[in-house]
Amino acid sequence: MDLLNIGGKSFSSRFILGSGKFSLEITKAVIEQGGAQIATLALRRANAGGKENILDYIPKGITLLPNTSGARNALEAVRIARLARELGCGDFVKIEVINDSKYLFPDNAETIKATEILAKEGFVVMPYMFPDLIDARRLRDAGAASIMPLGAPIGSNKGLLTRDFIKILIDEIALPIIVDAGIGKPSQACEAMELGAAAVMANTAIATAKDARLMAAAFKSAIEAGRTAYLAGFGRVLEQSAEASSPLTGFLE
Amino acid sequence: MSTTQKSDHMKYLADMEIIDSDIMNAVLSQTADYDYTAYQKSDVLNALKKDVIDFYDYRALLSPAAEELLEDIAKRARQETRKRFGNSVSMFTPLYISNYCVNQCLYCGFNCKNKITRGKLSYDETESELKAIAETGLKEILLLTGESKKLSDVKYIGEAVRLAAKYFSTVGIEIYPLNSGEYAYLHSCGADFVSVYQETYDTDAYELYHPGGPKRVYPYRFNAQERAVIGGMRGVSFGALLGLHDFRKDAYAAGLHAYYLQQKYPHAEISFSVPRLRAYKNNAENNPRDVREKQLLQVLFAYRIFMPSASITISTRERAGFRDNVIGLAANKISAGVRVGVGGHESEKKGDEQFEIADGRSVAEVHEAILNKGLQPVYTDYL
Amino acid sequence: MLVNGQEKTLGSEATVKDFLESEGYKLHRVVVEKNGVIVPKKNFETEKLFETDKVEIIWFVGGG
Repeated sequence: MDLLNIGGKSFSSRFILGSGKFSLEITKAVIEQGGAQIATLALRRANAGGKENILDYIPKGITLLPNTSGARNALEAVRIARLARELGCGDFVKIEVINDSKYLFPDNAETIKATEILAKEGFVVMPYMFPDLIDARRLRDAGAASIMPLGAPIGSNKGLLTRDFIKILIDEIALPIIVDAGIGKPSQACEAMELGAAAVMANTAIATAKDARLMAAAFKSAIEAGRTAYLAGFGRVLEQSAEASSPLTGFLE
Repeated sequence: MSTTQKSDHMKYLADMEIIDSDIMNAVLSQTADYDYTAYQKSDVLNALKKDVIDFYDYRALLSPAAEELLEDIAKRARQETRKRFGNSVSMFTPLYISNYCVNQCLYCGFNCKNKITRGKLSYDETESELKAIAETGLKEILLLTGESKKLSDVKYIGEAVRLAAKYFSTVGIEIYPLNSGEYAYLHSCGADFVSVYQETYDTDAYELYHPGGPKRVYPYRFNAQERAVIGGMRGVSFGALLGLHDFRKDAYAAGLHAYYLQQKYPHAEISFSVPRLRAYKNNAENNPRDVREKQLLQVLFAYRIFMPSASITISTRERAGFRDNVIGLAANKISAGVRVGVGGHESEKKGDEQFEIADGRSVAEVHEAILNKGLQPVYTDYL
Repeated sequence: MLVNGQEKTLGSEATVKDFLESEGYKLHRVVVEKNGVIVPKKNFETEKLFETDKVEIIWFVGGG
């Protein structure tokens, strides 16, 4: 069985669903159609009167991955993570520190600081980052349970703009590399999985589809196809015609 | 043969530093698993198709099946070499400062049981040798000794390094393994690069070939590169003495060894050498057996494709015609003006050779040969 | 008392539990921060609130 292992839990699905930008009523159907076993959540002030809580719409058995959205530095991320854990839904946390309102790029330096603090407190830390190998190593050394590099700016639906850099993380970092942000189409999710990503996280692409439930199903299939192709191993595709040149090894005795 | 009880070759001696490392276990267990008869041409072709090859591909590249595809592999190796090093080929020369040795390595001319002329350079002699070499234009030097903590101790080597650093911008050492503190000391004297070759990675064969002397201790030698990096050295070199044991497994293990060290210390610069067995004084029959040029080339290519950014040196153990063709193809570094006796650049040598070299060309001749290949000789990579 | 940035008046002496229930919250769905410090769930019944307190009531919402 091909399982994704993070923080002592095993998942057969490699589709992490972001739960933002949906109406609450379809949340359950989207999760089910996508076959997702992990869903991200954010923390905010509670509605007056305690009405309309998202937890009432998330099926049982789903691992919740609270994010620290809204945090602009490491300490704010740490505060949000601690609040999330107090809600009693486990130790998973996706660190997201954003200090740039134009492109919404993650702040790697602050993310590393937050990761170090939270890993020491026993959190299963899944940091969202700009795919930089040196920072990914720092995150690993700080105790991250996985690395979540962005494929393209959040919500841009531009796909794997950072493809080559993500591939380097996959090759060099012995942690699950989960592509997060920018994935706009199932084909892009599939491509990420073919590269060897451990999972793909998507939200906007599904939330903005005409039929979010159907798009979730499409992502599910694409991620599975990409994973299967990765496991199958790519064969040799004939590229150019034969290269006519003098032999390179003709000097052997 | 001595009848005394042999020491346990896997056990550290009292003064040997033990570091916290799991690299050796990883390399040994993976190498034990490597069955090179299990690979086919298709595995090799698949490997060549990938941007970055994995352990499985590396195994395929070292398999007998890959020999038939050497030309295809050569294309990829040349591509990687050119991508990383362009047209440049680095030049350096070794200087043996002492050939006293307490080890009994069965394949080596310096074996303490081998009756050869022994000697070491005084500081004055070292300096005049260094001056003579520097006049050829070289900027990188590798200082070598046999293993003798009495006759070539760390302090002696440190002084030689200090002298070398006066004349050369890059100083490497190829001496017996040290503790990290000793490496730190030699680094402070001016050495930046450390070469230690495991000879064979097979622990049983290693025991057999090293019947006596501190070199007999396998794990201490294995972890030398890591201790060197801990001691602050900038780069470390890896390799197996091909022809000693099963060269495919040994080459595989050397590659893994380098790979894991790079994973653990991403800043460390990695190098490979591909020494083959050579004849030496009192043993003209010493030869690399099943490692012919073709197999040697296969190993060079496998290192290059598995670790494209590693530096690969081609030694004067190989003939000029071979060396001239592998630079730019897989190797990016070549020695020139080589003497493998003690001293002998400026004045009479003071000790016999470690082995017989096959390419005795001067620095100027090798320089010319590099230019003739359309490549660029480079004397220093560092400021 | 300031609750989620809004002025609230406490009728009488109240614990966190009393207050949350009177406001219609399910206790297991929220986390409470009083003057910047998390109030552990097990202390909801004993932790008292005063007019000078700044209280944040936080819960999960959808988010990517």
